[in-house]
This record gives sequence, structure tokens and C-alpha cells, in this order.
Amino acid sequence: MANVDKELDARGLNCPLPILRTKKALNDLTGGQTLRVVATDPGAIKDFQAFAKQTGNELVESGEANGEFTFVLRKKA
Amino acid sequence: MSTKKLAIIATKGTLDWAYPPFILASTAAALGYDVQIFFTFYGLQLLRKSLDHLKVSSLGNPGMPMPMGMDKWFPVLAQALPGMQGMMTMMMKQKMRSKGVASLEDLRNLCAEADVKMIGCQMTVDLFGFQPSDFIPGIEMGGAATFFEFAGESDICLFM
Repeated sequence: MANVDKELDARGLNCPLPILRTKKALNDLTGGQTLRVVATDPGAIKDFQAFAKQTGNELVESGEANGEFTFVLRKKA
Repeated sequence: MSTKKLAIIATKGTLDWAYPPFILASTAAALGYDVQIFFTFYGLQLLRKSLDHLKVSSLGNPGMPMPMGMDKWFPVLAQALPGMQGMMTMMMKQKMRSKGVASLEDLRNLCAEADVKMIGCQMTVDLFGFQPSDFIPGIEMGGAATFFEFAGESDICLFM
């Protein structure tokens, strides 16, 4: 797994908390830095795609393993 | 690209209907929207300092799933018995906690942190005899014209 600048554990949280926490976590980063989010909400897959599309933060990586979803976002410059 | 705007009218004062305005407002704010919620009639309950008094009722709500398939065999009339509403509310809160659904207080705080503008309907405040001290700080009071000032410019306008 690639190195990231910040990690966010959103496991066990349900909609819309993973997105809200992600937004907050991104606020602490500067443009170009990356954030890894781990979530268990199955709705997160679509939500993170939609979040990235609408906010301009790039979804660099998106994966699933053992019921956990991992997303890596790069903050918009 | 100019900032998108979401305007919501919140009119319900029950535990279940308190969620949609706060969920959508906080999410829209996270997506970069400018958001205003106008709380009118029973929706004003959602601006009170404590939200512990909000209840959910199975009465008149045939779509509400109940534990042990009670919605199939438990008489509707019996749902009107004293204590039933409190029990339903307690069970709903437990279920929400166990599923990782945010508490209303948390969602409302997240809205406030994200600069969601919350406006209480002045007319309803007068009608029900609320005091300014009944409500959380940081809200505004206004009338229908105040709402339209923002709603008229909005990209999305929702009545709940």
C-alpha cells in the first residue's frame, strides 16, 4: 500500500458520517496531499466516487477486502 | 463554477423526520454547497437545545418496521397505549446506535460547524410561545420572505 499523508478510520460509521469525517480530514491537508479512508458502509463506494467528482478531490485508489472499503483521496490543489 | 445552493424547509418534529434535513444539509455542505434550512411549525423542535424529547411513533405509520414482526400481528389500537411511543423511540435509538447512525445532536453540530445557516420561523415561534432561550445559539429568526431570498437563488429546494 502506498504511503499517505493521513489516515482516517471510518469503520462502523454509517451514511453520511464517512463523507463528513473525510471532508474534515481533508481540511487538515494541503493541496496534493493524500488521505486514506477505511469504511464499512457499503454505500461508501458510490458516495466516495460522487464526493470526488463533486469536490474535485481525486479518488486515486478504491478497493475492497474482507468487508472493508479503502479509499485514497488526493486533495485538490 | 459558482457555489451551488441547497434550501430546505423542515416542518416535522419527530425523531425519524429530524434526520433527512440534517443528513442532507451536512452532506451538501461537505460537497461545497451553500446551505440554508428554514425550520417551521413542528420543525422548530429540531432547533431546541436538547433533542432528547423527539419521539418516533408507529401510529399512522404502517411503513415502520417493528421488532419481532410486530407490524404483522400487533393491533394498531394497542400501539396507542401509554408508554408505547416511548418504547418505540427507545428501540429506534438503540437500533441507530448499533448501526453506526449518527446522533441528531452530532449531525446538527456538524451542520453548524459547516456553516449551514439555520433559520427559525418567527411566526411559529410566536404561535407556540417559544422563547429565544429555548433554541441553540447561532440561529436566526425570519419569515417566509427571508427564506425566499435564499431559496429563490437555490439550485435545489426541498420540503420535508
